[in-house]
Amino acid sequence: MADDNIRYINLCTRALSIKKRFLLMYSRANAGHIGSSLSAAEILTFLFFEWMQDKDEFILSKGHAAAVLYSTLAEKEWLSEEDIDSFYQNDTFLAAHPPANKLPHIPFATGSLGHGLSLAAGIGMARRLKQSEDRVFCVTSDGELNEGSIWEAAMFIAHHQLRRVVWIIDKNNLQGFGSTQEVMNLDPLADKLRAFQFDCLEIDGHNFEAWREAMDYASTCTKPLAVIANTIKGRDWATYENKLDSHYLPFKELQYEETLQRLEHQHREQVAKYHN
Amino acid sequence: MRVEFAQAIIDQYNFQSQQVFLTGDLGYMALEQVGNTFGERFINAGVAEQNMVSMAAAMAYEGFIPWVYSISPFVTLRPYEQIRNDVCLHNLPVKLVGNGGGYGYGIMGATHHNLEDIAAMRVLPHMKVYLPLTGSDIANVVATMLQDPAPNYLRLNQGRDIEGLSSFAPWRHVRKGEGAVVIGAGPVLANVLDLPQDITEQLDIWALGTLPVTEIPEALIGAIVRTGKVITIEEHYAAGGLGEYLAGILLARNIGVPLRWKSLHAQGYPNDRYGSQQWHQELNGLRGQLLQQQITTILQ
Repeated sequence: MADDNIRYINLCTRALSIKKRFLLMYSRANAGHIGSSLSAAEILTFLFFEWMQDKDEFILSKGHAAAVLYSTLAEKEWLSEEDIDSFYQNDTFLAAHPPANKLPHIPFATGSLGHGLSLAAGIGMARRLKQSEDRVFCVTSDGELNEGSIWEAAMFIAHHQLRRVVWIIDKNNLQGFGSTQEVMNLDPLADKLRAFQFDCLEIDGHNFEAWREAMDYASTCTKPLAVIANTIKGRDWATYENKLDSHYLPFKELQYEETLQRLEHQHREQVAKYHN
Repeated sequence: MRVEFAQAIIDQYNFQSQQVFLTGDLGYMALEQVGNTFGERFINAGVAEQNMVSMAAAMAYEGFIPWVYSISPFVTLRPYEQIRNDVCLHNLPVKLVGNGGGYGYGIMGATHHNLEDIAAMRVLPHMKVYLPLTGSDIANVVATMLQDPAPNYLRLNQGRDIEGLSSFAPWRHVRKGEGAVVIGAGPVLANVLDLPQDITEQLDIWALGTLPVTEIPEALIGAIVRTGKVITIEEHYAAGGLGEYLAGILLARNIGVPLRWKSLHAQGYPNDRYGSQQWHQELNGLRGQLLQQQITTILQ
């Protein structure tokens, strides 16, 4: 089997493990934001297991998807299973949004939208002054781009050519109380980003082959890179896939088990594809 | 104080190598030399204060000590959540510098004034507020802030020199008197010293330089007990300001004597008109005749 195929199988297996862990966390906690984490699962899997190097920093600006971050950090063995079990419990560090100062590889508490890209810009600028080539990866949502501060950061990053900053937009087209089309239309987003002087790539955010292309493209960029990851909120949660409800509702009755079955089935298909 | 501030920053540049300086596109005829000294570490972040403050937090996380400069409201109130979440929640050494607190920008009008900054800043976790009295305090304040590992806010204003003033400290005894205690913060306190001598010689005057207040000097407590009269003066709204804050501390301390208490503070814009800083101070009873009348009344 080709090395690449083994690599993709490993990524799919990591993604499955990460999803299973956070789905169990949500299920036990009877908590919402499941859709937000499902939307970003492959993004974080690829970043942490393929793209990022040791000293690269990661900022989850869409802090409401904290569970996918905690689960990914546990997959890296930077959080313990005991930590994971404390999710949503009293006396935990693992709140529904990432905490301040307490967990490894979580440099900043996020949850109020529109802060992360500026934090990434600051890290990028600091590392330029330190003559370090280490990068910072920032994942924002798409609804979050309503925040004016995002565009302040975008202007700064582009103006200063901070190519150490890699901006990933988890574009699932749903925001707090409606679709992005209904609430505050973002499109044409790629044109906006290019007009702001970013190199911009639009990919299927759930597809690791597309992510690989994005990573390769990054090394050729002459401007800071923004990746528009087209994703599906609540992907594979049959009842609420691509529905606003997947942002808020916890699992009901057999939905958790059904989602797990679907993910396992899909994983078998992915592995079979790469074996052939 | 802006000129003294720029000079102090330049003087400290060689002593503290982790400094960076961010400005929100302000500093004409004041920060040019800071820019020359700091070189690539001087960053004009543009008219984008939210981004500027979050970036400063991240640069502090990376080991730098960022100064963040703008006109007072634009560096405190505009990016308030960035200060709270990104700077203060993480207890990072970001040094916010607001030029023209109070009515400092005079005829520029209400958008450029800041009558809420002390209240807004002092309630934030880990935040320490520095309130220099005169330009000659600034070098000391800047050096102190660079040693302070916490988030800081420095309120700059126009301040005249005060003869015989000791060097900057959290509390300073400015002059002795036995009629009433006056506690003030920032250059507005000098307006009390400008009143006729037959009034000022009755006043026991104290300057508060930093917030939060961690302790009150015993000599000040003694003067309060002795006179039974306290006047606070600040170029800030009463809500969340110095007078309220000190009243709460003294109440909790239970000093055991009834006090006659007068808070002199900004009212805002009582007639909706604008003028110089001095004009606003006079209108609000923080300077001149109206200030004299209020203090005379409490002395009687």
